[in-house]
Amino acid sequence: MLKPSLQLRGRPTRDYINPYAAGILLGLVLFLAFFITGNGLGASGGMNRLLVVIEDAIYPEHVDRTAYLAEMAGGESNPLDSWVVFIAIGTVIGGFVSGWFNGRLKVETNRGPQVPMQARWVTAFIGGAFMGYGARLARGCTSGQALSGGAVLSVGSWAFMLAVFGGGYALAYFVRKLWN
Amino acid sequence: MTLFPLTLADYLGHWGAYVVFLFIGIAFGVVLEIAGFGKSTKLAAQFYFKEWTVLKVMFTAIVVAMVLIFLSTSIGLLDYNLVYVNPTYLLPGIVGGLIMGIGFIVGGFCPGTSLVAAATAKLDGIAFVLGAFFGIFLFGETVEYFEEFWYSTDMGRYTLQDMFGVDAGIVVLAVVLFALFAFWIGEHAEEYFGDFRRASFPRWRYAAAAVLILVAVAVLVLQQPSTQDKWNWIEDEQGERLTNREVQIHPAELLDTMHDNRINAILIDVRDESDYNAFHILDAVHIAPEDINDHIAQFREEPSNTVFVVMSNEEVLATEVWKTLVAESVINVYILEGGVNNWLSIYAEADFKAEYAPVSHASDEFGYALTSALGARHPAARPNPDVFEIEYEPKVKLQDKRGASGGGCG
Repeated sequence: MLKPSLQLRGRPTRDYINPYAAGILLGLVLFLAFFITGNGLGASGGMNRLLVVIEDAIYPEHVDRTAYLAEMAGGESNPLDSWVVFIAIGTVIGGFVSGWFNGRLKVETNRGPQVPMQARWVTAFIGGAFMGYGARLARGCTSGQALSGGAVLSVGSWAFMLAVFGGGYALAYFVRKLWN
Repeated sequence: MTLFPLTLADYLGHWGAYVVFLFIGIAFGVVLEIAGFGKSTKLAAQFYFKEWTVLKVMFTAIVVAMVLIFLSTSIGLLDYNLVYVNPTYLLPGIVGGLIMGIGFIVGGFCPGTSLVAAATAKLDGIAFVLGAFFGIFLFGETVEYFEEFWYSTDMGRYTLQDMFGVDAGIVVLAVVLFALFAFWIGEHAEEYFGDFRRASFPRWRYAAAAVLILVAVAVLVLQQPSTQDKWNWIEDEQGERLTNREVQIHPAELLDTMHDNRINAILIDVRDESDYNAFHILDAVHIAPEDINDHIAQFREEPSNTVFVVMSNEEVLATEVWKTLVAESVINVYILEGGVNNWLSIYAEADFKAEYAPVSHASDEFGYALTSALGARHPAARPNPDVFEIEYEPKVKLQDKRGASGGGCG
């Protein structure tokens, strides 16, 4: 029975929807973003700016001296003054609401059958570090480059997308114990 | 005029506009979650051929958004010029992509999906997000050591249709067919390597594929608008500005604009190269009318305090180029009233006219008998505005940029 209460546990877990249906919905969101605002989606850029807020609070002189950081938070400029920050915050809210509504809001660690939980946290952190570094190097992540740039047919975004899948597939065999 | 994208700040204010992005973000988060992208094992399975959810969701999203975007641009509802297209920095993009591929298979997420995983209390998602913050931090601290590489292979706004030199419709149809082919491969792989039966997949996906192909064919048939089409859409409104002479600025206004350091003035001289070499205003760049389209993307990226002034010997050619620029969504474009001939009639002193006599000439041709190529090496190319006190009716009004604000994943 569904109860209209704010309980975090106990909601029945629903199945994920069909991938093509999810893709159509995601495509509509992406289209509307471009249609209304002229911008696509993004995630790592927003994370970057949220991080710079902290860096700027702790060590503003350093931020002002580093060209890459100063562009976002140098002097008087506010690193939160960017659309991509709000996309990232919205993504967290949307993920939380959907997870709660569909009964998937539970503390757990998804991992391969042979991987201890703590090891999974370490590999997730390491993978995240690679991902964060690569995303800034490539000027965008899977959302900001592959999805958004792919849909508007940017040459660089398509080359990037092939590189991400290429890198993943090339390494997959060597780390197969992580997932199988 | 193409209505979309909207300039949200005009309706909602600077910070108010961000509410729209917040809602887009929420929708994005919900869709990622219901697709199962908060679960790392589901994402990683893509790389072992067992489950192709990542590819199916991503490629479906790309082709759906793509056909709708290019359908909207072909019928003049959306201005592609104002849509943010990620600039191509080929090598850093590829190297960054390879590094991300490593991060993907080791960590099990990409940045967007890790946010959703963390929001639904997946501990591996939280660890990944912390790692991503660390990686981003590391990048900010190290980019200065390889800045040259980071800015290398800069191709600007460069699309597949530019690369192949075809109408976007052809690329759109090709990408749709490519995606459907990838789905076909993926489904068979899922059957072979994973635990799926193709017969259990919903049959509506065939109908959806057919609709996609139909819309892509419609985009191809409709074609993307030419500059002429775009001018026709705005001719009523912009043609009136031409007839009312709202955009033809007096030479003295141009001179003041050049000396106004709050304004970034770009002077575009569209005359023959020989006329340009004979005489041109200081800092005017020479662009042949047929080459103007190559410069448009770059013009749109100029800061918002930029004023473009187009000039020919009189006004005919300048007006044509003005139409092209305005049709292609460049803002703050003006025409030098009376062209370079008029400029010289005001700023060339008696000694200039003594040496290079005014000659009778056809419409929009150079009106002086210049015997040597002066270029900008003459006082008339850079008159002192304090010496000439000329009254004129000011016409330059800076207009704000429309469309993508800042743009990119930045």
